[in-house]
Amino acid sequence: MYVAVKGGERAIRNAHRWLAEERRGDPDLPELDPAQLREQLALGCDRVMNEGSLYDPDLAALALKQARGDTVEAAFLLRAFRTTLPRLAASVPVETAGMRVTRRVSATFKDIPGGQILGPTFDYTHRLLDETLAGTDAEITPAATAEQPVDPAVPRVMDILDADGMIQPEPAAGDGEPTDLTREPLLFPVGRDAWLQNLARGDEGFVFALGYSTQRGFGSTHPFVGELRVGTVDLVVEPEELGFPIVIGEVELTECEMVNQFLGSKTEPPQFTRGYGLVFGHQERKAMGMALVDRALRNAADGQERRGPAMDQEFVLYHSDNVQASGFVEHLKLPHYVDFQGELETIRRMREAAAPVDGAQGAGEEGGER
Amino acid sequence: MSSTYNFAYLDEQTKRMLRRAILKAVAIPGYQVPFASRDMPLPYGWGTGGIQVTAALLGQDDVLKVIDQGADDTTNAVSIRAFFARTAGVATTERTAEATVIQTRHRIPERPLHAGQILVFQVPIPEPLRFLEPRERETRRMHGLADYGAMHVKLYEDVARMGRITTSFAYPVKVAGRYVMDPSPIPKFDNPKLHDCPALQLFGAGREKRVYAIPPHTTVESLDFEDHPFEVQRWDRPCGLCGSTKSYLDEVVTDDRGGRLFCCSDTDFCRERRDRMEAGR
Repeated sequence: MYVAVKGGERAIRNAHRWLAEERRGDPDLPELDPAQLREQLALGCDRVMNEGSLYDPDLAALALKQARGDTVEAAFLLRAFRTTLPRLAASVPVETAGMRVTRRVSATFKDIPGGQILGPTFDYTHRLLDETLAGTDAEITPAATAEQPVDPAVPRVMDILDADGMIQPEPAAGDGEPTDLTREPLLFPVGRDAWLQNLARGDEGFVFALGYSTQRGFGSTHPFVGELRVGTVDLVVEPEELGFPIVIGEVELTECEMVNQFLGSKTEPPQFTRGYGLVFGHQERKAMGMALVDRALRNAADGQERRGPAMDQEFVLYHSDNVQASGFVEHLKLPHYVDFQGELETIRRMREAAAPVDGAQGAGEEGGER
Repeated sequence: MSSTYNFAYLDEQTKRMLRRAILKAVAIPGYQVPFASRDMPLPYGWGTGGIQVTAALLGQDDVLKVIDQGADDTTNAVSIRAFFARTAGVATTERTAEATVIQTRHRIPERPLHAGQILVFQVPIPEPLRFLEPRERETRRMHGLADYGAMHVKLYEDVARMGRITTSFAYPVKVAGRYVMDPSPIPKFDNPKLHDCPALQLFGAGREKRVYAIPPHTTVESLDFEDHPFEVQRWDRPCGLCGSTKSYLDEVVTDDRGGRLFCCSDTDFCRERRDRMEAGR
């Protein structure tokens, strides 16, 4: 047996050719068109867009195909493409009150202006495998259309609470450009704009688990879903040379506003506070997790006692990015034999020093070429 | 050379941002300068910091060498060299003497570097105090106050418990008498080469978004104690291929019966010596 030591160009090339074969799978089955993924695995594409930090359903579908369904790898592909794109303009803040909602629910009030709209949801489905989907010819019963269309502008539940003075006022948005973590280094402590961006790009599982931890005592949120809404909004830019706003397109968003109880302090009356989540596409878990972590981070920033990792800025922001995390963890697969040799040498010297005078040397010292 | 992307992949604004950060790093030896690290098409932890620094340095006339574990033919070195060959079309070499820019992971070449060369290190964790203090705000304060007591205590505890300092790579150094710096996970064997080096040494950490530098001919001391002076790895045998007794050796398991071959980790150094032996014959 001889152990090959060093890899090379040919090995890499062949490995990647093999990967392409594996990606294709059984050639007797039809090849996937990215458009099929975009339409039929839309939620997977949405996740890739969020963590890839780029709104482009077609490219997300392509990335998902190229990555063989690995969403983290697909997000990585999208990030590496995104980083080369020029910044043409920044949009004006999107107006989610004007969202064309497909789904909108509130857990805090039985009925709300604009109504509760369930929309296309997994909620209340029985999670039984559906054998009719095993083939490719499942029949679909179309959903009935409502007699009246949804209001074009659906007021936010938070604004209703706000009108009663029951909710802590949000600080007015600053005049300056918001932080962009893809163009500035992360320096602590960071402001809310930076952590919201970080959370929106963060790994869904990580953000969601952190949110979950705040519900189990590792934090201090007592949350209610004030409102969760899904739909499309217009993207508006105001080019300086034009001097008036123009609509350049629309994006689908999921927005979650969590309401949290606050019993008051010496300076503030008892009231409700909020946590905010906003993500691309239809991503309810992500938006809810984000809103919970946002609240936990704000509580910490307001000086509350830190009761868990979700309240720790550095812990949350440094570890939420799965492209960074997967790269760094997976780099352990790279050769480390120089460092390992250093460790071996240290351990052997220490064993020599510790061994009795006639003691055997380490096995590795035997049988080598001399 | 691919024309879809800018020369050396990064756009010129990004390169300018990087060059500014590098200049600041050179001006404050050993100080970690935050920079707006970009997402790269190679994974974090696989050299994105080094790649960005290299991309900011490369001109059309540069000659690039990329090594990993001292070798030019390790998979990741091959991949990074191919990346720049594809995106910048620069000449590449395996010869240390011919390179103007050398990107490295985990080693410093055995052949002494000369003035005008730049050595770019890939850095996983730039903060030497990170495993003593996980919080960035706190470690920056410690650097600001040159509060390095915790590091000396750690090294002292090694000596007290184990009779020696057990750090064998990423061994901390003090640069220009001021900042304690992580030299990246090079074996401590390479630490003496950092000192008074005629070449510029740059360190890029992509995931952690930091660059730092050792300008040419800077004092670099490995931390130690008077009664436990710094020492480097040594081997009881020479390189099995070129006979060198002065190089860092890889241990290669040659069979499943305990056979070992010890040979230079720096493949170019080893080849050069063997060529010379060949010629002298």
